[in-house]
Amino acid sequence: MTVYILRRLAFLAASLLLASVVLFLLLRLLPGDPANALASVGASPEQLAAARQEIGSDRPLPEQFVTWLHSLATFDLGNSFVSTLPVGPEIATRIEVTGPLTLLAFALALLIALPVGFLAAHRANTWYGLILNGVSQLGIAVPVFWVGMILVTVFALHLGVLPAGGFPQDGWADPVEALRSLALPVVTVAVVMSASLIRYVRSASLDVLGSDYLRTARALGSSFGEAVRRHGLRNGAVPVVAVLGIELASTLLGAVVVETVFALPGLGSMLSQAVAQHDYPTIQGVLFVTTLAVLVIGFLADLAQRLIDPRLRSTLSGGKP
Amino acid sequence: MNRTATPLAGAALVVAISVALTACGGGTSNQKGGASGSFDKDATVSIGSLYEPQNLDNTGGGGQGVTEALNGNVYEGLFRLTDQGKVEKLLAESYTVSPDGLTYTFKLRDGVKFHSGRALDSADVKYSIEKVTGESSQSARKSSLEAVKSIATPDPRTVEVTLKTKSISFVYNLSYVWIIDAEAKNLKTSEDGTGPYELDRWNRGSALSLDRYAGYWGSPAQNKKVVFHYYKDATALNNALLTNAVDVVTSEQSPDALDQFKNNPAYKVNSGDSTTKLLLAFNDRVKPFDDVKVRKAVSSAIDNKKLLESVWGGYGKLIGSMVPPTDPWYEDLTGVNPYDPALAKKQLAEAGYPDGFDLTLDTPNYDPHPTAATFIKSQLAKVGINVKINVITPDEWYTKVYQNHDFSATLQEHVNDRDIVWYGDPDFYWGYDNKQVTQWVEEAEQSDTTARQTELLKKVNQRIAQDAASDWLYLYPQIVVASSKLSGYPLNGLNSQFYAYDIKKS
Repeated sequence: MTVYILRRLAFLAASLLLASVVLFLLLRLLPGDPANALASVGASPEQLAAARQEIGSDRPLPEQFVTWLHSLATFDLGNSFVSTLPVGPEIATRIEVTGPLTLLAFALALLIALPVGFLAAHRANTWYGLILNGVSQLGIAVPVFWVGMILVTVFALHLGVLPAGGFPQDGWADPVEALRSLALPVVTVAVVMSASLIRYVRSASLDVLGSDYLRTARALGSSFGEAVRRHGLRNGAVPVVAVLGIELASTLLGAVVVETVFALPGLGSMLSQAVAQHDYPTIQGVLFVTTLAVLVIGFLADLAQRLIDPRLRSTLSGGKP
Repeated sequence: MNRTATPLAGAALVVAISVALTACGGGTSNQKGGASGSFDKDATVSIGSLYEPQNLDNTGGGGQGVTEALNGNVYEGLFRLTDQGKVEKLLAESYTVSPDGLTYTFKLRDGVKFHSGRALDSADVKYSIEKVTGESSQSARKSSLEAVKSIATPDPRTVEVTLKTKSISFVYNLSYVWIIDAEAKNLKTSEDGTGPYELDRWNRGSALSLDRYAGYWGSPAQNKKVVFHYYKDATALNNALLTNAVDVVTSEQSPDALDQFKNNPAYKVNSGDSTTKLLLAFNDRVKPFDDVKVRKAVSSAIDNKKLLESVWGGYGKLIGSMVPPTDPWYEDLTGVNPYDPALAKKQLAEAGYPDGFDLTLDTPNYDPHPTAATFIKSQLAKVGINVKINVITPDEWYTKVYQNHDFSATLQEHVNDRDIVWYGDPDFYWGYDNKQVTQWVEEAEQSDTTARQTELLKKVNQRIAQDAASDWLYLYPQIVVASSKLSGYPLNGLNSQFYAYDIKKS
């Protein structure tokens, strides 16, 4: 197991390096000159040149890349082209919004998906099993921003029970206010996310419920509940956990849309604005941090899978038992 | 079209009284929005805006948002540009101009303190002007202060500025120069100005709050706290207004959402005059637009009224030239190139294009440009001109059109006031080159009196209209939507300013 973890960590580092190269090059392919974003429309060529020099966009690409890597190694994400303020601390404050948003939405999505997905499998041939299946399919097709707009219209504009958007200036100093601000965005992301999760849970459950070992357990006298708990849960969990890692990552991306709809000062709105402004350091910083998060999540999901499933541990790990 | 020009008579009287009481420097506007009555002196006013500052330094790339939030509220200049476009003394108590027009001597107001507690002196003024004209300055106003030669500070309350050439706009330009504490640090995230508010805090990506400054030299603000809430999405902004999360929206960018406020007594929709003009700019250097007749023909072939109606639904104004009504040299020139397709066809034939021609229209990819482009395409088709719409990003526009002059016609919004002077610069992107106009623009800047300046710039305005130097499609409306509990907010928001100190909340 230790060897496996070490290997997996090395893989993580390599992925991160590769991702940083791709990130860096991809952004340089965007048309337009970031110096324009920095200088005003009336700027003279001298002002533009000064702007380029200040942000380093007049340097050769390899040099820019090395500079960036070096700053990453020293945990300095550089200064924004546009605001000229440091990117790192800004990301840190934005995570206070996006982090809780993602985790809460994820938890809520699980809370919805696990029972509903299981029920959809367990009662696959009944009318409500079919309806659950159909609704989840519909959920996948629905865009996040649309769900957000509907929720705002109902709960903020008509009922007036929750804020339509924004985040308290004091942040989490007043947790109730902060949670109220996050309520609708969390539900928005969770609803859309649970739709696809339900389908994974359902198919995993179908596999388990139709399996020989469950039938054998029942034949040996276990009740249905006991058989599912003792034998089904672990087996069913393996594919679901694998998918969860990916889903958690895509929740993070869903935040880009949701944060704009709800005017939340998170990583997503930071990213979308930075893209519009050609603010390379900010884009790179945000994407780097999210990439890091996604890779770490994948890493943890892999570990979790191995903890759940002893077969994976013995066959695919570095050492033989 | 006259809705924008009608003053709100009810508010005018009340505000006029407050002017009398605050003669030493408070509000002097007589045309502020909203009804007024008893109000809460310690209210918090929440302002919704789409323009978050990039940083808090207006010479360091702070952008339009920093002007909106801090200009006049946190920072003050020697002069102030009022919401009606007038220039009046603010931190300057008085000033004199030497007979040759080259030396300005400003006497500073006494008893002015920065928020840090330091007293204002002439060195701060020198520092502040040099901050705008300095090498690293990214101020949009840098070029307009190029005439400054040297600044002397003979005593703590006197500033003497010597100019290289006469500049009638100098005092006006000073209204954009924030007077900043010369010893202040970290101006990108903090401030040290002399205004009626001090910065409470700025949460990037969401809000910026200002507190009434107890040591203000003038009459204190009419509210205790102002919070600017920033949105990226217009719908989210309107929802915030509907749910009372904000009291006022500084500038509505689309008429679509206005109905829900217009028919609701809890809100007031105000339509003022902006300074933003939508231009169909020709490249006057190249065929076919080097021919005045072609430019006039295109101008007459497009029904601007219908365009304005379809984009803004009855708001906004036709101006027929580059000058918005808040500029002193405004006159209505919509009749010079009237909408007349028959005339357009005749002019095209005279210019040698009886069957029209093919035209590529470089169109920025954000509203209202694509809408306008589609409309123009259909209008010009009727006179035989075949328009190909080429959609480009703002960055591409900047490089292709603004820098390289590689275009034949383009759409662009021009936001600043007093920007007719660009027609005197043959190197500007549209390449309008008329020696007489260039001379008038230069003479206007060198005039001794504003009357003379106005006279000359009116001539410029008439000439460029006759030459159809560009086609000025319309003037944007400045739509401020506010809760009816609010009064005293600015209506025109010239150059994105949004003075908050006169806002009263009941």
